[in-house]
Amino acid sequence: MSGCGNGSDNLEDIGNNFKRVVVQPPKKTSSIIIQQDPDDSQTITSSLKPKSNCCGGNENKSSCCSSNKIEEKPKSGGCCGGSDNKSSPSPSSSSSSSCCSSNKIEEIPKSGGCCGGSDNKSSSSSPSSSSCCSSKNNNKIEEKPKSGGCCGGNEKSNNDSCCKSEKITTTTTTTTTNKPIIKDDSNIISSDATKVIEGDIIKASVGCPSDTPLAGSESICSSCPGQSACKSQADNPDKKSIEIRMKVIKNKILVMSSKGGVGKSTVSSLLSYGFSKRNNNTTKVSVLDVDICGPSIPKLMGVEKMQIINSEYGWIPPKVQQANHDIKVMSVGFLLGSPDAPVIWKGPRKTTMIRRFLKDTFWGKQDYLIIDTPPGTSDEHLSIINSLKTCNPDGAILVTTPQNLSCDTVKKEISLCRELNLPIIGIIENLSGFVCPCCDEITEIFKSDGGKNLAEEFNIPFLGKIPIDTNLGKSAENGVCSICDNPSSPGSLAIQSIIDKIDQIIIDNKKKL
Amino acid sequence: MSDQLVAPPPENCPGTQSEMSGKSSACAGCPNQQICATAPKGPDPDLVEIEERMKTVKHKILVLSGKGGVGKSTFSSQLSFALSMDENVEVGLLDIDICGPSIPKIMGLEGENIHISGQGWDPVYVQDNLAVMSVGFLLDKEEDAVIWRGPKKNGIIKQFLKDVYWNELDYLVIDTPPGTSDEHLSIVQYLKTSNLSGAVIVTSPQDVALIDVRKEINFCKKVGVPIIGVVENMSGFVCPKCNKESQIFIPTTGGAEKMSQDMNVPFLGRIPIDPLIARSCDEGKSYLITHPNSEATKQYNLIFNKIKETVK
Repeated sequence: MSGCGNGSDNLEDIGNNFKRVVVQPPKKTSSIIIQQDPDDSQTITSSLKPKSNCCGGNENKSSCCSSNKIEEKPKSGGCCGGSDNKSSPSPSSSSSSSCCSSNKIEEIPKSGGCCGGSDNKSSSSSPSSSSCCSSKNNNKIEEKPKSGGCCGGNEKSNNDSCCKSEKITTTTTTTTTNKPIIKDDSNIISSDATKVIEGDIIKASVGCPSDTPLAGSESICSSCPGQSACKSQADNPDKKSIEIRMKVIKNKILVMSSKGGVGKSTVSSLLSYGFSKRNNNTTKVSVLDVDICGPSIPKLMGVEKMQIINSEYGWIPPKVQQANHDIKVMSVGFLLGSPDAPVIWKGPRKTTMIRRFLKDTFWGKQDYLIIDTPPGTSDEHLSIINSLKTCNPDGAILVTTPQNLSCDTVKKEISLCRELNLPIIGIIENLSGFVCPCCDEITEIFKSDGGKNLAEEFNIPFLGKIPIDTNLGKSAENGVCSICDNPSSPGSLAIQSIIDKIDQIIIDNKKKL
Repeated sequence: MSDQLVAPPPENCPGTQSEMSGKSSACAGCPNQQICATAPKGPDPDLVEIEERMKTVKHKILVLSGKGGVGKSTFSSQLSFALSMDENVEVGLLDIDICGPSIPKIMGLEGENIHISGQGWDPVYVQDNLAVMSVGFLLDKEEDAVIWRGPKKNGIIKQFLKDVYWNELDYLVIDTPPGTSDEHLSIVQYLKTSNLSGAVIVTSPQDVALIDVRKEINFCKKVGVPIIGVVENMSGFVCPKCNKESQIFIPTTGGAEKMSQDMNVPFLGRIPIDPLIARSCDEGKSYLITHPNSEATKQYNLIFNKIKETVK
């Protein structure tokens, strides 16, 4: 199965019933590079570490490549090779912040060149010491060299190259800790690499620097057929266009939740209605729907029959046709031939579409851009966050229901935000309590306070609870603003107070910068 | 081979698996050209292995929904519990929701691990005749996020099918994530030669959900997956105090039943909202066992019987 959609492979070709709008379909050129490891299908790690520029240990005191920093995404820009943090305390301490310190296993250095162990040759400690690609005998698996020129396991037979062969492919079968053990040369699964216990198998992933300025220039690129494409793309012209578009938008807020059906789209639409009513209905708001497979925003905002217009300034998004609301909406829903046509795209195509939304949509000067995301922690999220990285997004609002199952899943989204350094504005607990219209008895259908407890546990502001309000549901189905229709219903009141809190948090955060 | 492509095929791509791949004029300039031209053509050998594994599984049921949060995982787990109530029936539950694996929690298997035996990966057993596999078992902590792009997810799904030792199963229930994307394409593609019995589509009554579900039905029709039927979940709530039924998720366009008629697919039934279902899921217990006499259980059983009849 091809790693990207298109072509004559039957399954991928279907569902692309794009109607003839004035908009040109996205260009499918070789400038589209997949964020993919060369042996992607076989190496599996628990989390991708995208490639924001490695500060080399300078920006973060808690250095970008320190122990237990798996969640870091250094590595574009060059692993310091241990040199930036020479002054840090004992390299063998696990809390040391040298770029290639002990427990490096969890590091993902390597764009910019794995030191090859040489930087730390002088380290006096045991094998578990701080060479960048070392540590205990058979745990090199957990290394993630590779963007930027670690051998990727290829220089196996030589010397103390950074990725000694048997390390990567070694499996052990100890069950002393009863941890998952999966044996297979190429199909090694790693769980969170901070958990390195002797005998566990964790395989490094090969990091492709395609998303970084070093794309195409790293040593690992020499064997990659995509090298020429990467080199030509190295400047990433898209990024500049996106920055230009985003510069005139004051506040950019993502609405996320790894759990489906918690109300992300509903909350996004309510937030947009709420924000647009401020300052006597003069606030300009835009909503971007990056849920490519299930775009709900057009329906919720009553614009599903409208079209995008192509102009010299870019794609002009349709506007909400309700009085007192200056809201523009962009969604893949407008590009479909029929509302029932499925969009069966693989990741890379979705990434391209999202970039085009950001790059080509003529938003104009806006006060707020609210971005509705699909459930999960996958392509769309990585793409949107990476694309907006240099545009100062205000952060993410996480939506959950009170149920444990939902909160547990949303913890993953919190991990994602922390890994990608996206600030979290707060947590909203939706579907929190049902008020029976007949007797006013409140029933907690999905338990209670789950969102609040989650916020406390992770030290995130709790923005508020939205009860199950049938008026909200009706207005949503009809694509109208429920705050205008029923301003005093519990749902509307809840959303108003949430908006006030969000504003305050954004202002506070901006002051801190 | 197909996993080695590094860029999307260009327009007019002759097909990455075709005879002309890498050689036609459209291939010039495509980063995949080298790979296509030199890689061996023909069926993916992994598919052959998957077919072998799946030969011992009689009925494979996909649980789909274009929309998130309608109750796919809840439904899959209850279906598995119900099917496995007969001790002579062997049931497997495969969770291919890589980013948000809910099945371990719902089945009460949090913290469990996967072990390897000579025959492959051993699934985790809830009871003697109910085996479960999910990416959740590979994560250390529940807050570990699995932030993978499509190809990686496809890789693990392949492994679930290829390497897991399911042994002889009467039913394999496959829980999917929302949407119509990588995971869905992969599972359908990998099981193409293994006789997928069909798909059950779960939805809630609201129109916002039905839009996505219509897409899912069209997806199934296009890829050739037979549709066993549509289930309307979270359909109606009976207030425990006054016993009045309200619709929380309002079916402005007639709900799932009307949609199934319009799209010519069987309608299997409705399940009302019961807060105890959510609680059972949180606690990892089977709702059908803890509350055998509730309205929701009756509806579940009716629907499950219809499914069993259809797949026979």
